[in-house]
Amino acid sequence: MLTYDFMLNAFAASAIVAVVAGIVGYFLVLRGQTFAGHALSHVGFAGATGAVLLGIPAIWGLVGFTLIAGLGMGVLGERISGRDVAIGVVLSLSIGLGVLFLHFYTAYATQVTALLFGNVLGVNRQTLWTLLGLAIVSLAGLALIARPLLFASLQPELAEAKGVSLQLVSLLFLAIVALTVAECAQIVGVLLVFTLMVGPAAAAGRWTTHLGRGVALAAALALAEAWAGIALAYHTDWPTSFWITALSAGVYFASLVPLRKMRPA
Amino acid sequence: MRAEGKENKAVELEDVTIALGGRPILNRICLAIESGEFIGVLGPNGSGKTTLMRAILGLIAPSSGIIRVLGEPARRGNPAVGYMPQHRHTAGSLRLSGWDFVASAVNGHRWGLPGASAAERREIDGALDLVGAGALAKRPLMETSGGERQRLLLAQALLGRPRLLLLDEPLISLDPHHQRTVVGLVRELQKALGIAVLFSAHEINPLMEALDRVLYLGGGQAALGKVAEVITGPVLSRLYGSEIEVMRMGNRIFVMSGEHDLEKAEHRHDAHL
Repeated sequence: MLTYDFMLNAFAASAIVAVVAGIVGYFLVLRGQTFAGHALSHVGFAGATGAVLLGIPAIWGLVGFTLIAGLGMGVLGERISGRDVAIGVVLSLSIGLGVLFLHFYTAYATQVTALLFGNVLGVNRQTLWTLLGLAIVSLAGLALIARPLLFASLQPELAEAKGVSLQLVSLLFLAIVALTVAECAQIVGVLLVFTLMVGPAAAAGRWTTHLGRGVALAAALALAEAWAGIALAYHTDWPTSFWITALSAGVYFASLVPLRKMRPA
Repeated sequence: MRAEGKENKAVELEDVTIALGGRPILNRICLAIESGEFIGVLGPNGSGKTTLMRAILGLIAPSSGIIRVLGEPARRGNPAVGYMPQHRHTAGSLRLSGWDFVASAVNGHRWGLPGASAAERREIDGALDLVGAGALAKRPLMETSGGERQRLLLAQALLGRPRLLLLDEPLISLDPHHQRTVVGLVRELQKALGIAVLFSAHEINPLMEALDRVLYLGGGQAALGKVAEVITGPVLSRLYGSEIEVMRMGNRIFVMSGEHDLEKAEHRHDAHL
């Protein structure tokens, strides 16, 4: 299976994306902002279809739109966080816009499926480099803000009193989430971003009480799920995205089983 | 061991007015809290207990007047002020340990990666030992009881060796036994460390044993003094703006408006939040 170029590309792309998704996802779950991540991916759909309509590569439309939406959520901050209805309305509107853009660009059916449900086997060398670049930017950004981000997530009032700008931290984090969402969409599609960003992180958060180990485990689980998903898809000829979602759900539900006999990690 | 001849006051308010969204919360308040005092901060919901603490922290600027904290104008990020915000249900579902939770506050304002240096780890362990939460901190925060959680939050507030500690409603949602434990612990620490404490609560009775003076807020006004001077019918009637009767039964105090026990009512109301 590793003799094919497209398989090598798929493993490499999913490795890059899974590690970033696991790590960024851990903080997303920690902050209770998973729905925001979900919404950003839908906004990305409008961006991607719009970009194709304009003759720009879909990934840049995705990145552009998710980034703008992420920054917008960050600026609105408290006024929108927890406003599930507002986020939900924007989310539906984005898909609606995507449908409109598709209406004008009719010869697009296969690419729509790829956008919505991912097409990891179609990743080429150039996309691989783009993914690597975005991953480096995301992780470098996260490394810069991780300390105040953690403080602001766990104890916002105290962090504010100690001089942390909650708004700035939230803004920068949502920008990082937006980039991660755009990357994830390349592998599992905009509808299934949750599966790499939230599933592994939530499971990791239940299996260890230690911050560093939690982040590492989230990345490792995401990577394992992505690679195993591709391998299973290769052998069964079922869609990769199905296998990744199945593994992500399986691991998450396994993490809910209480492990009373296990020593606290 | 301080060089100045005169010990600085922990908190000084000079003619302070604070308005939130156009609504005056505190109106021309003057008061001084000595270093090393345990102050119980009381008053009905919306009387400005949290607002006062946020102003002392430098998070809210008074519309007029001056707030001085340990001799300096109030400012954000003053390491000499410890703060325990009101309890809230933390979002998210990760089983992060109490230790990591407490540790997030150590130099949490600096950019960069999390993780504590050896000196920071010693400081965190020291603060946890002070409140007797060393063993407790190994457990996930979300699986601790209300009383245990308050211990961890207290340890977090003690990081950086503050000389003034602001505790916002630490007794909310605790049963009477745990209320006594928390009050006793704070009093013990306050004496051992020689620091000033502002401890807000809905009810005076759990604090009776611990407090030096009481600061009662209401109707934009404030009354600071000994319990016997402040918790009286005339003073509270002025603060509440209606007829208040204070009844004493043994060493317990009941603040009544007609047939109604006001402090109890506040407490019940809050339990639903």
